[in-house]
Amino acid sequence: MKIKINISSDILIKPIIAESILETGVLLNISQAHFDRSRGEVVADVADDKFDLMCKSLTNKGARVSKLDTPIKWDENECVECGACISVCPTKVFSLDADFSLLVDEAKCIQCGTCVDMCPHKALSLGNNNK
Amino acid sequence: MVKKTIHEINGRIRDGSVNVVTAEEMVHIVGELGAEDAAKEVDVVTTGTFGAMCSSGVWLNFGHSEPPIKMQKVFLNDVEAYTGVAAVDAFIGATQLSESLGMDYGGAHVIEDLIRGKSIHLHAVSHGTDCYPRKVLDTNLTLEDMNQVIMMNPRNAYQKYNAATNSTKSTIHTYMGSLLPSFGNVTYSGAGVLSPLSNDPDYMTIGTGTRIFLGGAQGYITGQGTQHSSGGGFGTLMVQGDLKKMNPDYIRAANFTGYGTSLYVGMGVPIPILNEQMAQATAVTDAGVTTKILDYGIPSRDRPSLRDVTYEELRSGYVDIDGRDVPTSSLSSFKKSRIIASELKEWIFRGEFFVSLPAERLPKDISAKPMKQTEGIALVSDIMAVSVVTIAKNASVYDAAKTIMDTAFNHLPVVNDDNTLVGIVTAWDISKAVSQNKFDLVEGIMTRKVITATADERVAVVARRLDQNSVSAMPVINKERHVIGMITSDDISKLFARRS
Repeated sequence: MKIKINISSDILIKPIIAESILETGVLLNISQAHFDRSRGEVVADVADDKFDLMCKSLTNKGARVSKLDTPIKWDENECVECGACISVCPTKVFSLDADFSLLVDEAKCIQCGTCVDMCPHKALSLGNNNK
Repeated sequence: MVKKTIHEINGRIRDGSVNVVTAEEMVHIVGELGAEDAAKEVDVVTTGTFGAMCSSGVWLNFGHSEPPIKMQKVFLNDVEAYTGVAAVDAFIGATQLSESLGMDYGGAHVIEDLIRGKSIHLHAVSHGTDCYPRKVLDTNLTLEDMNQVIMMNPRNAYQKYNAATNSTKSTIHTYMGSLLPSFGNVTYSGAGVLSPLSNDPDYMTIGTGTRIFLGGAQGYITGQGTQHSSGGGFGTLMVQGDLKKMNPDYIRAANFTGYGTSLYVGMGVPIPILNEQMAQATAVTDAGVTTKILDYGIPSRDRPSLRDVTYEELRSGYVDIDGRDVPTSSLSSFKKSRIIASELKEWIFRGEFFVSLPAERLPKDISAKPMKQTEGIALVSDIMAVSVVTIAKNASVYDAAKTIMDTAFNHLPVVNDDNTLVGIVTAWDISKAVSQNKFDLVEGIMTRKVITATADERVAVVARRLDQNSVSAMPVINKERHVIGMITSDDISKLFARRS
């Protein structure tokens, strides 16, 4: 499952993700990370049955953890099938088929929200957490 | 030699014997039969395009109120329209933004809402005259309630358009969409093989008066579009059509993050095949339309071109930039362009749409001029402070504090032994270090990612960089990264204060 880990500025420099991995022995596959002076945000995959364990460990160290269980939402009524989303998606969720219809493979979505900003027709949205 | 007349073709449309194909189908027909036989075979080729066309808008006549008003300012759903004409006429432009909602809602949305039959709030103010005494007016109107609602787009249907990419280290938001850092993607616009003007690049049949498909209704080309630049293959069209007859499938409001609103306009132009030259012209393919990939990371009128590219390569999903496969995105919808070309073909088949010869042809071989600027363009070198005090990275925090006190500079660029810029410290950084009882070297407390400018940059560009990075001063550096000046938000404010 995809999770988002929010790290506030006061604990930004502590290696809490590494500590939690070592402490729990649970693997995290990080697919995205953003850090600046004010905050850190990491999107990662974790096994479903290990979520509670990892969540507890990270939360104890001051991080905020949320599940990203709703992939990108595609509003076909607003979509004009231009394909603007295709080139900005890091995981190739979007493609055009032979007759130039847009195909959306939601399973690949890491909910980064880049396509939400790109879409000229507000046809893409993220239900939870992001954007 | 094939020679047909518009009259003959319209006769065939009337009696149902006309042969119409789309510009995509024409490629194969000319490929198989050759231009001469294709010209005998085919009477009309239909084109289509559906993309963002910012230079679009609508003239509205609201009817007169009681007591009457000469509108001086008018707002539709809080989006300002231009009413510097007669009493109750106004032009709403696609990119005008809402006073209250900003970039989320604009003129384009008002236009789409009108076509969808929604009610629009009209607010108008006036100074009041003897003939038009009313000063304020508020009412709600739908498309049906108004007299004329005429779409009048000064620049649509670019023959082709530059593709866009971004050389800088951060994502930029443009009217070409989000452009990812370090040439992370390429975006493009235009229908290539289906593009109206690319199928008649010598404007043999397209011109003033040509009847077209506009927004799902019949409309007309009124002449060359603004910035028509036929010499370089960037012709444009000015078009008009009746909004009351249009269809929201073909007119859609758009929002470009960080840029604003625009209107997606669906347009199709029929090209009568009068001779084999026309047959040959309409056989153009995506591979036959070449444009350039421009670096939108350079905020200049003259954006550098990285390379030439065909629509075929753009549409393949990837283009090669310096040996890397860079993913592409179209901003215009090829699927919709196809639907428009097919719809127009159907109209002609059904005898509902007749082709026309232009009353006047579009000008050839002209180019659009850049703006003549009578006020000098201020450069960083004109206003930067040249007496700069730097500090060595291995100086102490105490030294830095003392330098700031002695010189009254708030920002100290930090330099290496060879005088190259490696960081910056501010009075605030020093206060912070002191408050944490940190008295180590400047190197330990400086900001390493320094936002810089060069002397030959334009002040307007640098002002935006200051703003975007929320800093108040930038070192000005040369090619060797030596600090040759400082530019501050104060310098820039003074420049603009002096001008106004």
